[in-house]
Amino acid sequence: MSEVKGTGRVKRGMAEMLKGGVIMDVVNAEQAKIAEDAGAVAVMALERVPADIRAQGGVARMSDPDMIEKIQAAVSIPVMAKARIGHFVEAQVLQSLGVDYIDESEVLTPADYENHIDKWDFTIPFVCGATNLGEALRRINEGAAMIRSKGEAGTGDVSNAMQHMRKIGGEIRRLSSMREDELYVAAKELQAPYELVKEVAQTGKLPVVLFTAGGIATPADAALMMAMGADGVFIGSGIFKSGNPAQRAAACVKATTFWNDAKVVADASRGLGEAMVGINVADLPAPHRLADRGW
Amino acid sequence: MKVGVLALQGDVREHISALIACGINPVHVRRPSELAEADALVLPGGESTTIAQLAEIFGLLDPIKSRIASGMPVYGSCAGMILLADSILDAKEGQKTFGGLDITVRRNAFGRQVDSFESDISFDDGSADLIRAVFIRAPWVEKIGPGVDVLASVDSHPVAVRSAHLLATSFHPELTGDHRIHRYFIEEVAKPALEKVK
Repeated sequence: MSEVKGTGRVKRGMAEMLKGGVIMDVVNAEQAKIAEDAGAVAVMALERVPADIRAQGGVARMSDPDMIEKIQAAVSIPVMAKARIGHFVEAQVLQSLGVDYIDESEVLTPADYENHIDKWDFTIPFVCGATNLGEALRRINEGAAMIRSKGEAGTGDVSNAMQHMRKIGGEIRRLSSMREDELYVAAKELQAPYELVKEVAQTGKLPVVLFTAGGIATPADAALMMAMGADGVFIGSGIFKSGNPAQRAAACVKATTFWNDAKVVADASRGLGEAMVGINVADLPAPHRLADRGW
Repeated sequence: MKVGVLALQGDVREHISALIACGINPVHVRRPSELAEADALVLPGGESTTIAQLAEIFGLLDPIKSRIASGMPVYGSCAGMILLADSILDAKEGQKTFGGLDITVRRNAFGRQVDSFESDISFDDGSADLIRAVFIRAPWVEKIGPGVDVLASVDSHPVAVRSAHLLATSFHPELTGDHRIHRYFIEEVAKPALEKVK
């Protein structure tokens, strides 16, 4: 018997198992327990949620291995962690800790302003952010096994996530309607490999699972993203920066499963207390917008 | 035969496609009324803690339990195997299952995602051909009760088991495009079981 680890199917398959679920940012073991009890399919271990990174400024880096291991010990669900864009040594460290997925994330300060990590080099799968189809396909070409729309992290403003989901969906629909001899130019325009462009045109979907992230703060936000074609939802600051994290987390899980049943979303939205204080993306000066990181 | 796929969370779409390839017209099950319409049920891969919790909140836990007790054929892959098991090890505190299958399953027994793997294994359905099996943070069966048959093993750990109308695998045949396990469930497990009930 020949056992093979880290194959494309094993990496992409892991993301398939997360579909229809909510992945929550947590900064310690207590929060991780709350997330697991609320029905999260995975947790993202990080030192500061995006809202705090935004408020405190400075360089944001990979989390302390001790802190990640404490979270791994506290819960039975998958634990993900973030590495800086292009910081392949942080990614090697995270792989050695046995995290289940690495997020090469624009929420942290980039380590490389030209190249992303060569993700084929790793046994552990990667999720990467994208604002449009070309960016998504470039990440997949580098070995990403899961894509998430970026949104604008740490704002509680869902408008950018909406824009990115519409953009990715619209570009996929456009490819599906093209003649085959037009796909070469489409690949050039998308700045993406022709083979991947052709695959998307034929299947009408990304070759990997597409989650959404950035600014999701309420059950209705989560349901909206599912209605826009997301396979699942990342919620960062939206849960533990709100008045009642446990209840809000459980409510977002319910709304993600029953996204097309407004009655369930309504019930889930009742009595949640204060949502996270939001920032309008439009009020953010361009240099402070995280979604623009990634190339 | 109407086959439902429990659609609370997980790789529902892949099981739906596999069933369609077997000539079945599957339905999504998220509510008790949808369960009542189904003759047989597939429990997908996913996060077992999430699925169990949603099943309880939305009133599916007890109805599925009682349908299993009254002979409804069920196939579970990975998380689905955990949900069918009478008892689980390395569970989240208070984690519930539908149960019905007299086995003890260890969650994430093969390790974390770095240890996830695929492999060709033999599956005891009368064919000598190996089957490609994808194991993702997979469980294994640690103990089986009377009447449970082991259909496949990896390193002497059972990874596919059957007891009467219930079938479980700790791997994901829905990810490979080979529909042998789904066909086995329909033809060898579900059809005979439903005939008996009639």
